[in-house]
Amino acid sequence: MLDIKNLHVAVGGKEILKGLTLSLQPGQVHAIMGPNGSGKSTLSYVLAGRAGYDITEGSITYNGEDLSALKPEERAAKGVFLAMQYPVEIPGVTTMTFLKTALNAQRRARGEPDLDAIGVLKLVRAKAKTLNVSEEMLKRPLNVGFSGGEKKRLEILQMAVFEPKLAILDETDSGLDIDALRLVAEGVNALRDPSRAMLVITHYQRLLDYIVPDRIHVLAGGRIVAEGGKELALELEAKGYEHIVKVPA
Amino acid sequence: MSIAVETKQQVAEIGEKYKYGFVTDIEMDMAPRGLSEDTVHFISAKKGEPEWMLEWRLGAFKRWLTMKEPNWARVHYPKIDYQASYYYAAPKNTPLKQSLDEVDPKLLETYKKLGIPLHEQMALAGVAVDAVFDSVSVATTFKDKLNEAGVIFCPISEAIRDHPDLVKKYLGTVVPVTDNFFATLNAAVFSDGTFVYVPKGVRCPMELSTYFRINASETGQFERTLIIADEGSYVSYLEGCTAPKRDENQLHAAVVELIALDNAEIKYSTVQNWYPGDENGLGGIFNFVTKRGDCRGKKSKISWTQVETGSAITWKYPSCILRGDESVGEFYSIAIANNYQQADTGTKMIHLGANTRSRIISKGISAGKAQNTYRGLVSVYGKAKNARNYTQCDSLLIGGECGAHTVPYIESRNPTARIEHEATTSKIAEDQLFYCLQRGIPQDEAVSLIVNGFCREVLQQLPMEFAVEAQKLVGISLEGSVG
Ligand SMILES: Nc1ncnc2c1ncn2[C@@H]1O[C@H](COP(=O)(O)OP(=O)(O)O)[C@@H](O)[C@H]1O
Ligand SMILES: [Mg+2]
Repeated sequence: MLDIKNLHVAVGGKEILKGLTLSLQPGQVHAIMGPNGSGKSTLSYVLAGRAGYDITEGSITYNGEDLSALKPEERAAKGVFLAMQYPVEIPGVTTMTFLKTALNAQRRARGEPDLDAIGVLKLVRAKAKTLNVSEEMLKRPLNVGFSGGEKKRLEILQMAVFEPKLAILDETDSGLDIDALRLVAEGVNALRDPSRAMLVITHYQRLLDYIVPDRIHVLAGGRIVAEGGKELALELEAKGYEHIVKVPA
Repeated sequence: MSIAVETKQQVAEIGEKYKYGFVTDIEMDMAPRGLSEDTVHFISAKKGEPEWMLEWRLGAFKRWLTMKEPNWARVHYPKIDYQASYYYAAPKNTPLKQSLDEVDPKLLETYKKLGIPLHEQMALAGVAVDAVFDSVSVATTFKDKLNEAGVIFCPISEAIRDHPDLVKKYLGTVVPVTDNFFATLNAAVFSDGTFVYVPKGVRCPMELSTYFRINASETGQFERTLIIADEGSYVSYLEGCTAPKRDENQLHAAVVELIALDNAEIKYSTVQNWYPGDENGLGGIFNFVTKRGDCRGKKSKISWTQVETGSAITWKYPSCILRGDESVGEFYSIAIANNYQQADTGTKMIHLGANTRSRIISKGISAGKAQNTYRGLVSVYGKAKNARNYTQCDSLLIGGECGAHTVPYIESRNPTARIEHEATTSKIAEDQLFYCLQRGIPQDEAVSLIVNGFCREVLQQLPMEFAVEAQKLVGISLEGSVG
């Protein structure tokens, strides 16, 4: 479903990803681990199509299509979802309005009819319940004044509502206490599906106790420097990144 | 369907941004070009006015000849040649006082195209409309129903003939004939507009609305609106405006006077969408407008809400004179300036009475090469003990070539007054846009969503039907403003 080959990405003229290769099949959950500054968020942004993240070499193929040729909103409509490390506040736009606008924009791009307000409300409410997202939160402006945990829960709620084919979760665990982490992980696990692939980005092993990946890639200095099964996470946890990888300067 | 998308589709269907830019081909009755005492006589005669009204106009005209065009606003435009315009243009064959069936079908068609249904059975439930086409009112709906409640809602030309005592008592008492260059010009040559009187204790049973349309070329529009809410009454009034696309600049200089007596409340909303000119700044309406409300009675309230998206130049300061003790003035404003538009708008809150309160919420959005200025005055007089004002001015910039300016004047002559002023300036952040795009929302729709969020507090003040219209306008006005 996702094939990244020898990907080089520059931001502001500075090369951040330096030849990354990775392949992901439907139904799989892969984890990307790596120290701060290793390029994890850069990878997530380039997959989502953020402006300013320039591919200088290599390719990204998504369901047989050149992903880099698509606009960010076209990728979203085709099932690419990025749960962001730092969800953004949009003052004055209620969470519910945002969800409705986004969902219908995606549906329209796929040639599906709009869902009316009541349809969206029903859909969102049903999903919100399991993630402990309150009715009141849905009425507040998007992410404005939300706690770290609330923001992350809302990202997962959006994932549940949009039902993407490829979900990238960028440090969804950061800033969460153990209860919040468990809740979010349960939400993610509930969305595991034979037709859906997930790329779980994390700095810590902790999240992977709850979301058990099929495969782990260790990213350092813009390259994959180690790969393995779920036990690799424990090794990293015990010995630290320095022992597994020689972090290039 | 979401509003932003509906908007986009409409724009796509029409293939241009300003969908009201068409011209109605109809035979017109025009005054000779230019402005002189004869013009004033001509207009007054056309309206079949009584002598006192003609005298009033002539006095204003004499005064105007001695006045200078103001130049303190942050707007720049070529000198206006007041002799080059026509000051009166009316569709031919408009008999006075007609029923809708007698209205020229071309006019009905025009309003239908503008989305203003005049046929009562088609009209939005609960909204009565007065339609002003160039210099005359062409139709007023729901008159009978309003009559039952004792509410007078008619063209001001009709009120001058049929309700002279009310007009004499109130006309020019809020905006005096001598007030300012444009208001004085209006007093001399105003052609039509709306008159509303809500009697004691009556809650007006429906929204009242006037729809102003400039159609004729090289013609100025000078309408005059007078609204009186007698003791304990309530009225909500809305005006909308559009004009054809033309390369020339057309002058619009209106005067609006509101009077609220004891315990009365007037809510006045405007969705101003005069033709703004093209992307290169060619054409568009010069909108020089004097709007003022007098909270004459105790515990009276006047609330202005404006959504200003049109005009090449907007020069407009809807104000409240808080004369009655415990009276309340409010000003909620959205001003959008895109391309080469210039907006200099704000309000004046004049606190004369004790325990008077005012609230100002201004949202200015600048895009393209536009300049957007908030200019406001809060003045507390010696007797206005415990006066309160809260002002919040937020500016939003889209792109790097536009400007936002905030010019608040504060004067207080009473030590018990409390005046608060908050101001912010922000940009649509790249991360906000990216977040929307990532969730599948295309760029123009994202801008519309973010800007509508920014304006939310003001949009909430509008009556339902118009809030939807206004949200669409916000989207249309900013189409393509982000890279
Ligand atoms: N906009 C930017 N301009 C220049 N350098 C950037 C920019 N964004 C990130 N970087 C740099 O790219 C590297 C990778 O950052 P990032 O992808 O955020 O890493 P991670 O998510 O793994 O912590 C860091 O050295 C960071 O400083
Ligand atoms: Mg990161």
